[in-house]
Amino acid sequence: MRRHAPAVLAHLALLGLWAWATTYGGVPRFILPGPLETLRALAAPQIDWPRHLLVTATQAFGGFALAVVVGVALAVVFTWSAALRRALMPLLVTLNLIPKVALAPLFIVWLGYGIVPNIAITFVISFFPIVITTARGLAEVEPELLDLVRVVRATRWQVFRKIQLPSALPYLFSGMRVAAVLAIAGTVVGEFVGSEAGLGFVMMAVQGTLDTPSMVMALILITLVGVAMYLAVVALERAAVTEDARLR
Amino acid sequence: MRASADPFLSLRGVGKTYRAGGRETVAVSDATFDVAEGELLALVGPSGCGKSTLLKVLAGLHPHDAGTLRIGHPGFDPGRDIGVAFQQPLLLKWRRVLENVTLPAEILGLPERATRDRARDLLALVGLTGTEDKYPYELSGGMQQRVSLARALIHDPKLVLLDEPFGALDALTRERMNLELRRIWAGSGKTVVLVTHGVAEAVFCATQVAVLTAGPARMADAFPVTLPEPRGLDIRTTPEFGALTRRIYDKLGMT
Repeated sequence: MRRHAPAVLAHLALLGLWAWATTYGGVPRFILPGPLETLRALAAPQIDWPRHLLVTATQAFGGFALAVVVGVALAVVFTWSAALRRALMPLLVTLNLIPKVALAPLFIVWLGYGIVPNIAITFVISFFPIVITTARGLAEVEPELLDLVRVVRATRWQVFRKIQLPSALPYLFSGMRVAAVLAIAGTVVGEFVGSEAGLGFVMMAVQGTLDTPSMVMALILITLVGVAMYLAVVALERAAVTEDARLR
Repeated sequence: MRASADPFLSLRGVGKTYRAGGRETVAVSDATFDVAEGELLALVGPSGCGKSTLLKVLAGLHPHDAGTLRIGHPGFDPGRDIGVAFQQPLLLKWRRVLENVTLPAEILGLPERATRDRARDLLALVGLTGTEDKYPYELSGGMQQRVSLARALIHDPKLVLLDEPFGALDALTRERMNLELRRIWAGSGKTVVLVTHGVAEAVFCATQVAVLTAGPARMADAFPVTLPEPRGLDIRTTPEFGALTRRIYDKLGMT
């Protein structure tokens, strides 16, 4: 607990600064409402907060989970086929340079409105760091370690299961931490561009009436969804990877 | 039935050439020696003389492309009866010490219960009782190398191949490990091939020293080591030890 105290204090200090600036600091309330006023936005009858929160969380977690599954699967394929890796890895690097947020309008054309295009945009934005870090982790096994198990005629599956996969896990998790941050951004962009629900949609909807308390509240909830994803990744890593093996 | 005098390892003009990008590199040319069952052979030579390559050929990791190589007596299974350890301990950092030792046995599908019991015995043999549940990072370099020795022995191999297993250790730890190696080997009846660039280490540990030279990588000579058994570290101050060591340095062109 003592180890986390400075972090908790820093968070509280920011909250305090916010309260001070909006109460005594002369920041107009239509620019930035105070913490209490922001909290009161939760009571606004015209916004169904739980539903929007659920929609955003579903899209963020859904797209992220899909990215992990597909990204890891593709990375595994790369370790099994050098030809595919040589063909597809550079292609992925090129595709990764597409600004993914710019795909959002296209996805709406292709997939329509709603949850599906938003999961798709979340997926493409969080997929790359996962496939790239995992492929690298799978490839970075000491060659002599592979020799060691080849002497006793380990099968390809045994090498994968007992050596490559566990040694790639720290890489996968570092990719997942990056991907979690990107995923929530992807979801919100999707909601900005075309959506009828979700916290990003709420922000766009109330913007016209300068309802800044609701906008800030939506922003806070979006951040909390991101924090939840990040903490889930960290908890999973704690459970799966021994302390010494974690990447910093 | 074969006479037990038949060599366990027999190499006649064994060579290995790597071909990459149209260029040929001779890693080993013309290695010729015999090793009897239960012997401890040291392969000694400067860096880049192909001794690690020769070890990989013996391990079946690389095919040789010249000469004839015979390993083991009838019934010897190269996929089952060879254990290896390298210069780096190469322990899996997500596995505890005991699970690191059992790895080769797991791959071979040996019975789990008996394997774990044997792993405990081997850890005791290498002086690591009580470390079973530790992770590798909690051990010193010398201790990690002992774990990798125990791992090389877990499936009770008939042939043990060691590629500079003490090369990364400090001098004192290394001397202690030389004694440990001889103690473990002496009780086991196993045939051991030890690759090293330390002439004193080779003479101290081995029953036979095969010398490889650099440049045009080739087998220079093989010396039987006729020092008395058992050996303590003080044997290295005897005239016999000095004479043999000098003959090997001569062969390596270092006198």
